Amino acid sequence: MKILTGNDLKTGRVIWWDGQGWSLHVEDAADVHDDGEAILAREEAACRVNGPMFIEGERTAEGVRPAHIKDRIRALGPTVRADLTLKPADPNAGNWVI
Amino acid sequence: MYKYDQYDDAMVRARVEDFRDQTRRRLEGKMTDDQFKPLRLKNGLYLQLHAYMLRIAIPYGTLNSTQLRKLAHIARTYDRGYGHFTTRQNIQFHWIKLEDAPDILGELADVEMHCIQTSGESIRNISADHYAGAAADEIMDPRPWAETLRQMTTFMPEFSYLPRKFKICVIAAEEDRAAMRWHDFGLRIVKNEAGEIGFEVYPGGGMGRTPFIAYKSSDFVPQHQIFSYLQAVLRVWNRHARRDNIHKQRMKILVHELGEEEFTRQVEEEFRHILTLGTDFPQAEYDRIAAYFTPPPFETGLPEEIDRSDPDFAVWIDQQIAPHKAPGYAIVNVSLKPIGGIGGDITAEQMEVVADLAERYSFDELRVAHTQNLVLPHVRKADLYAVWQQLRDAGLADANLDLVTDIIACPGLDYCSLANARSLPVAARIAERFADPAVQHDLGELKIKISGCINACGHHHAGHIGILGVDRKGTENYQLLLGGSGAEDVSQAKITGPGFDEAGVVDAVERAVNHYRTIREPGERFIDTYRRVGMEGFKEAIYG
Repeated sequence: MKILTGNDLKTGRVIWWDGQGWSLHVEDAADVHDDGEAILAREEAACRVNGPMFIEGERTAEGVRPAHIKDRIRALGPTVRADLTLKPADPNAGNWVI
Repeated sequence: MYKYDQYDDAMVRARVEDFRDQTRRRLEGKMTDDQFKPLRLKNGLYLQLHAYMLRIAIPYGTLNSTQLRKLAHIARTYDRGYGHFTTRQNIQFHWIKLEDAPDILGELADVEMHCIQTSGESIRNISADHYAGAAADEIMDPRPWAETLRQMTTFMPEFSYLPRKFKICVIAAEEDRAAMRWHDFGLRIVKNEAGEIGFEVYPGGGMGRTPFIAYKSSDFVPQHQIFSYLQAVLRVWNRHARRDNIHKQRMKILVHELGEEEFTRQVEEEFRHILTLGTDFPQAEYDRIAAYFTPPPFETGLPEEIDRSDPDFAVWIDQQIAPHKAPGYAIVNVSLKPIGGIGGDITAEQMEVVADLAERYSFDELRVAHTQNLVLPHVRKADLYAVWQQLRDAGLADANLDLVTDIIACPGLDYCSLANARSLPVAARIAERFADPAVQHDLGELKIKISGCINACGHHHAGHIGILGVDRKGTENYQLLLGGSGAEDVSQAKITGPGFDEAGVVDAVERAVNHYRTIREPGERFIDTYRRVGMEGFKEAIYG
């Protein structure tokens, strides 16, 4: 699947296009198919996203999983600071990244 | 340390207000990202993996307690309660909001700090020996020269749009504690036979994709001609630099392509011309700056003896203390490399502890080392036990300076958008592997340096053992290097062979270390043994 992601312009937080708007959670990411460029142009013009880009991913039983480790780290948070990730209560969350 | 005058203050505050306006326009959509990006980078604001990252300049690694407390305040108020010291003696915060950035710059200006020269194609934060002003072996304090060069080059139009970044380092001792020869422009302050102060000059060094060790272009440039010499070097670089090719823009590439002899010839020709223009700075200006670096009022008649009856304290003393120029004083190295922790990271609470210690015991001064540790430069030996107790209570009393667990590591793929692989977990696993203090002390000086990409922020080229993280078809892979040094015995590490995964590289390091333990001769450090026997035996031990 083709995923649109970027960083929130104001906060810098990693965000994922969910089909309607931006989500902090990669599991909400939608497949933008051929609409990506139009969404990207609209969102950049609206000053909501910084550094937008398309990445590859796949749907798995555990939800959407970006193809590259860099994007999985972006999705979860630093692997060396579980307390700063989006899933601080899950001690195994880092395994999803690797 | 240097204090802002009204011009410094006005300049920095004007810069903050410029950036506030630029940020407002970006947030209102009146500026595109392409237009805004170079402006935020000139103020140290990067976009990294999880958020904006703000890199704050700490010129020549010198801070006072008020500044460190301000950094603690920023960590707590605008970030997530911690900061990360870098290999350029700076600090960076990884969770900054764009809308907060102008306010943070304003708060920094209140304590005479800024983020200028922490990004872009400029002269970057000038680094220096972190023992500057305290070391028993220094000819003089190198910081007045670092500050003078900083002032002469900041915002100077000729140096504002360089072909690429340019890094300067100033030291004043035979021992190189600052990786001076891995800089674009390294300076060692020396005395000639007449007792006059001048500079040995080493241009053309740098790490990154194409590493080079700086060569000596001059044995002695008289001290008050050094700005002209720097100008000459930069002009030769500006004239020939390959601005069309980002991989060839650094000055080290030009030095390599022209050759040292020809580069030196052109610099000297330019230097002679610049000297006729009389553009070197006036003595009075140097004297004004140097006055801020007058040594603190050291007490005399202090005891040299240290009560070593507490065994844990004795271990710490033996590892973390360096000789001071003033009798009765010591230089204290504060380790930011706890086993199980993240090298270079420090919490807001720890910053406040160190700030209090600096204020109470070290004439309100502290330093940041390029090795990502802190230094209390002027501590009475009689106060060492009290300092150690407070460091211990704050989790800052590891006794591992220059040992196998004192690992330099860049933020790597856990934070950095340029990285290909994670550095911090590898450093943590190696540190855990060698956690036993007895093993660490038995191994002695062993400098491991880890970079998460070819840009080499973790100085892997200069590691006794270096590790470079690369991307191999979407997975992390680690190359192992041996034989580098950033010290006065400078050398470039060489790749051992095929790379490893994360667990594999930790095992490979252990095999290399075990081989050293097996074949070392009395008194040999790891690097000495490697240089004596060469790569082959180590390769065999590593790969079997």
